[in-house]
Amino acid sequence: MIYLKLFLAFLEIGAVSFGGGYAMIPLIREKVLLNGWLSEAELMNMIAVSESTPGPIAVNIATFIGAGQGGLVGAFVATLGVVLPSFVIILVIANLVKNFLKVKGFSAFLSGIRPCIVGLIISTAILMFINNALGLEGLKGTISPDISAIIILVILLIASKAYKLIIKKDISPILLIVLSAVCGIILYGRI
Amino acid sequence: MKKKLELFLIFFKIGLFTFGGGYAMVALLEAEFVSKRNWLTREEFLDMVAIAESTPGPIAINAATYIGNKMYGFLGALFATLGVCLPSFSIIYIISLFFDRFLENDYVSYAFKGIQVCVIYLIFSAGIKLLKGLTKNVMNITVFLAVTVLLVILSLASVRVSTIVLILICGFLGLMVYLIKKSLKKEA
Repeated sequence: MIYLKLFLAFLEIGAVSFGGGYAMIPLIREKVLLNGWLSEAELMNMIAVSESTPGPIAVNIATFIGAGQGGLVGAFVATLGVVLPSFVIILVIANLVKNFLKVKGFSAFLSGIRPCIVGLIISTAILMFINNALGLEGLKGTISPDISAIIILVILLIASKAYKLIIKKDISPILLIVLSAVCGIILYGRI
Repeated sequence: MKKKLELFLIFFKIGLFTFGGGYAMVALLEAEFVSKRNWLTREEFLDMVAIAESTPGPIAINAATYIGNKMYGFLGALFATLGVCLPSFSIIYIISLFFDRFLENDYVSYAFKGIQVCVIYLIFSAGIKLLKGLTKNVMNITVFLAVTVLLVILSLASVRVSTIVLILICGFLGLMVYLIKKSLKKEA
C-alpha cells in the first residue's frame, strides 16, 4: 500500500512541477508533511544531500524519500512516479503535437503558471525560515528564535555576495553547504 | 543496439557528472550533442530546451526523453532516460542505507543543523533568481504576490491549500487573460 501511495504522490508531483528541480520542492514538502513521512528538518537534510550529489534533484529526492519509506522498491516506485509524466508528455509532444511551441493557448496557460511557481518557491523558503529559524509553528504559537540559525543565514548571505563581487560568478551550492556545515559544528557544538 | 547503448552511456555520464540539476545539464547536453557529435543542430537543440522548460517534470528527464526519441524512437527515449536516472538512483539509494546512522554522530548532526539553514537560503535564492527573470507586468506581479502572501498566512493559520489546485488555477487565469485580451482586440 505504501508503494502505491509513494507512486501516486510522486506521479502527481512529476505531472505538475513546471520548471524542474526547485519548483518541485513546494509540492514535495506538501506531500511529505501531509503524509507524515518526514519532519521539516528531515526533508531539509534530504534536499541538502540531493543538492550535493550528482543528477537531477527531483530524481534524487524521490529516490531518497522512497527508500526511507519503502526500501529499494519504495525508491524505485517513487522515482518511476516522478519520471513517468515527463517521459509520456515528451513522447506525445514529440510524436503527435509537433508544433507544440506554437499552440497559443498553452503558452497563455504557462504564463499564468510561471509567477505562481516563483511564489510557491519563495513562500516555501519563508515558511521554512519561520518554522526552522524562528521556531514558530502557528499563528498562536510563541516565537523561540534560533540565534545560531540566523547567524549562519547572515554568514551565507555575506559569503555569496562577497564571492560574486570578487570572483564575478555565482557561488556553487556545494560550497555554501560545506560552509554552513562548518558553521553548524562550531555554533551548535559550541566549540 | 550498439547505438542505443552509446546513447545510454552518454546520458549515464551526464547523470553522473552534473551537480546542481537542470541548467547545469543543459550546457553539458549542448557540448555532447551539438558541438561534439553533431547529432542535433543548434536550432533543434534550442527547440528541445524550450519544450523541456515548458512541460512539467525535471528538465534532465525531459531532455533525455526528447533527444533519445528523436534519435531512435521509443527505445532511444527509454535508454536515454534510464541512463540519466541510474547514477542518481544508485548513489542516493546507497546513501539512504547508512544516512540515519551517519546522523547519529553528534558532529554530523550539528553540521546538518547548519546545512538546514543553507537549504532555506538556497531555495530562497533560487526563487529570487526566478523572480528577477520574470517579465514585470501587472499579471505576473499580482499572481506572484497573491500566491506568496496567501500561502505564508494560510500555512501559519494551519489552513491547507492544495499546491496543485493553486498551480492549475493560475494556469487557467493566464488562459482567461489571454482570451479576454484576444476578444477585446477583435472588437476594437
